[in-house]
Amino acid sequence: MEFTFDLNTIWFILIGVLLAGYAILDGFDLGVGALHLFVKGDTNRRIMLNSIGPVWDGNEVWLVTGGGALFAAFPDVYATVFSGFYNAMMLLLAVLIFRATAIEFRSKQASTKWRESWDRAFSISSIFIAFLMGVALGNIVTGVPVGADKEFAGTFLGLLNPYAIMVGITTVALFMMHGSIYAVMKTEGELQSKLRSWVNNTIIFFTISYVGTTMTTLVYYPHMAEPFKQNPALYVVALLNMLAVANIPREIHHGRDFRAFLSSCASIVALLALFAIGLFPNLVLSNPNPEYSLTIYNAASSQKTLETMLIIAIIGIPFVLAYTISIYWVFRGKVKLNKMSY
Amino acid sequence: MDAEILARIQFAFTIAFHYIFPPLSIGLGVILVIMEGTYLKTKNPIYERMTKFWVKVFALTFAVGVASGIVMEFEFGTNWATYSRYVGDVFGSALAAEGIFAFFLESGFLAILVFGWDKVSPKMHFFSTIMVSFGSMFSAVWIVVANSWQQTPAGYHIVGEGMAARAEITDFWAMVFNPSSVDRLSHTLSGAWLAGAFLVISISAWYLLKGRHIDFAKRSMKIGLSLAIFASLFQLFTGHSSAVGVSENQPAKLAAFEAQYETESNAPLYLFGWVDDDNQEVRFGIALPGMLSYLIAGDTEHVVTGLNEFKKEDRPPVNVVFQLYHLMVAIGFGLIGISLLGAFFWWRGKLFETKWLLWAFVFAVLGPQIANQVGWFAAEIGRQPWIVYNLLRTSDALSQAVSSGQIIFSLILFIVIYSLLFVLFIYLLNEKIKHGPEDPDSLDSEYKSQEPLVGKV
Repeated sequence: MEFTFDLNTIWFILIGVLLAGYAILDGFDLGVGALHLFVKGDTNRRIMLNSIGPVWDGNEVWLVTGGGALFAAFPDVYATVFSGFYNAMMLLLAVLIFRATAIEFRSKQASTKWRESWDRAFSISSIFIAFLMGVALGNIVTGVPVGADKEFAGTFLGLLNPYAIMVGITTVALFMMHGSIYAVMKTEGELQSKLRSWVNNTIIFFTISYVGTTMTTLVYYPHMAEPFKQNPALYVVALLNMLAVANIPREIHHGRDFRAFLSSCASIVALLALFAIGLFPNLVLSNPNPEYSLTIYNAASSQKTLETMLIIAIIGIPFVLAYTISIYWVFRGKVKLNKMSY
Repeated sequence: MDAEILARIQFAFTIAFHYIFPPLSIGLGVILVIMEGTYLKTKNPIYERMTKFWVKVFALTFAVGVASGIVMEFEFGTNWATYSRYVGDVFGSALAAEGIFAFFLESGFLAILVFGWDKVSPKMHFFSTIMVSFGSMFSAVWIVVANSWQQTPAGYHIVGEGMAARAEITDFWAMVFNPSSVDRLSHTLSGAWLAGAFLVISISAWYLLKGRHIDFAKRSMKIGLSLAIFASLFQLFTGHSSAVGVSENQPAKLAAFEAQYETESNAPLYLFGWVDDDNQEVRFGIALPGMLSYLIAGDTEHVVTGLNEFKKEDRPPVNVVFQLYHLMVAIGFGLIGISLLGAFFWWRGKLFETKWLLWAFVFAVLGPQIANQVGWFAAEIGRQPWIVYNLLRTSDALSQAVSSGQIIFSLILFIVIYSLLFVLFIYLLNEKIKHGPEDPDSLDSEYKSQEPLVGKV
């Protein structure tokens, strides 16, 4: 497919950027959630929870805005995917609500039983959300049945194919790695040394599942590698991805936690970039009838809307970056529990 | 039941539940700005205690609002896929603007509002409070714009035919300022201010009746009541101007509001009644002759379009819309009445001793909640059978790929989760009320510094 730098392509990239922002930001708080039950003791768990306390809500806004942008830029994709993946979407919404509720309500009562239950809800829902996101990505790679009318024609169980499950597990591993590094940055003392020792385990977990997924992709879904064969310069992205992952244990070993975190962010961005390159210009691959695929052209809004939204984005994005950076700056440093904490 | 009615029930249920919370956040946001602003101006620590207490209540309503709001963002796609394809080009840009401009603003500064007392200077904290309040109102702007476009589409043209037809935007500003946007936005916002104001009034009245936190309750009550007086009177103007707008832009809806079947001059205004749709008459009703014509055009001879101008299949269900609309109007006048009564006793210096009025205030918290809900129901059911007025029928807007069995599953899921969430919300709100504001002796100021740190973040 010819690459033309038009409005449709810009919106493909912008939605990718929103998703990457979401994966980097909510990724670490989902990861912290996934590790939550491994941390013992109420104070330690509160520290974990409060490490993401002021920011998780803002992180989730990236998903909401990503959804809004998809609706606006590629309404057919929004409609086909969300109605087609109906049961999965409803489960995802349910666990998103559960998780938000668990975070808000966990520390509102002193009872051990109350807190234990919400801890479980928080952790399990975090894992489940990461997993479902991965399953969704996996299905975009394999392709799903789409009819000539742009409607989804598959089944719920069809979405739970082995490959999608692999991508789901890989996503959980990725976020656990990312979250453990973030948690190391926000904690101190005994809890921090414990978390530090977990970082390597999560890296191993991630690497194994990632290599497995990559091999499977290359063998069974070679279309994802096609653009790289046509344009070998793109292998740089794959190389960057490997370097970024390999750099994490090195930085952790030297105690440079923030640099390890940046490296982890870079690996997430590179992973999504690999995925986007393999997919372009499709958004939803139709399998078995590739001619019905939803692309950045046949599923897009009008040029006028894409242009209006680009102006909105150009005005809005500097503000969004400014808030995001200032909030993280204000809440920098180790977590200290006080009266306002969760 | 068929998929259409199930999908409508699910949407109505999820949006009605969601809509308990954002109006509270919008209203409380304004109250917080007033309280914290007063604190910074007077340095009276009571206002810091007030701000802190109401921030906790605010954070609770905000949390449930976010949790239930995520569902709304995706529900258009899951249940109304055909609608989403049809309006994505128009509606989508408003939603995207809401995310980029409003949600990031709100959620970012909320972190400082709730968790940042000791992290930033008092001025910076106050600035965050203003931004959260502003952000919550700004999100109302975009969602009401999108909804108003469904009521009174403008700035678009239709491309394609049959199932492939869709609206494409031709003029962004004409879409944003479509004929009903401004009226409906101001009506929605003042409804939200009333929701926040009456929550504050209700809890304060409760403390006064129980003889607890007296100074705190009196000052909170005065701020809440001031906002209520302003908002309830302002609501009269926005309500009137919305109704005039509906008469021009959606005559079938206005006719249903007032069960006006015949096109006639000197049209009556019903205070209440029961609509018998088969015989096209209002039973057990009391009507003011000519008042509807007069309110719309300032002239009793003004001709009001009746329902009989519209084919049966193009009319909304009349009695339901009539009842919901009249209930909203009645509560609106009730809120003006109780606010003015409060003002009167305040003026006479007896506001805090008049027990029966305080008891009325305790329960008045339900007034704006019910009025906001039934008002939206009247607006949305009154638009039926259209999902986009005169362009797309609700029955044509469903997701093709979703079966009624799937909707039953998700509907039950939402009913279970939201019931749990609602019980939790009420339980925690009750805990906060029982706990009350911090004891003045135990409260060391949590502000970072009492000296002004201008420009220091």
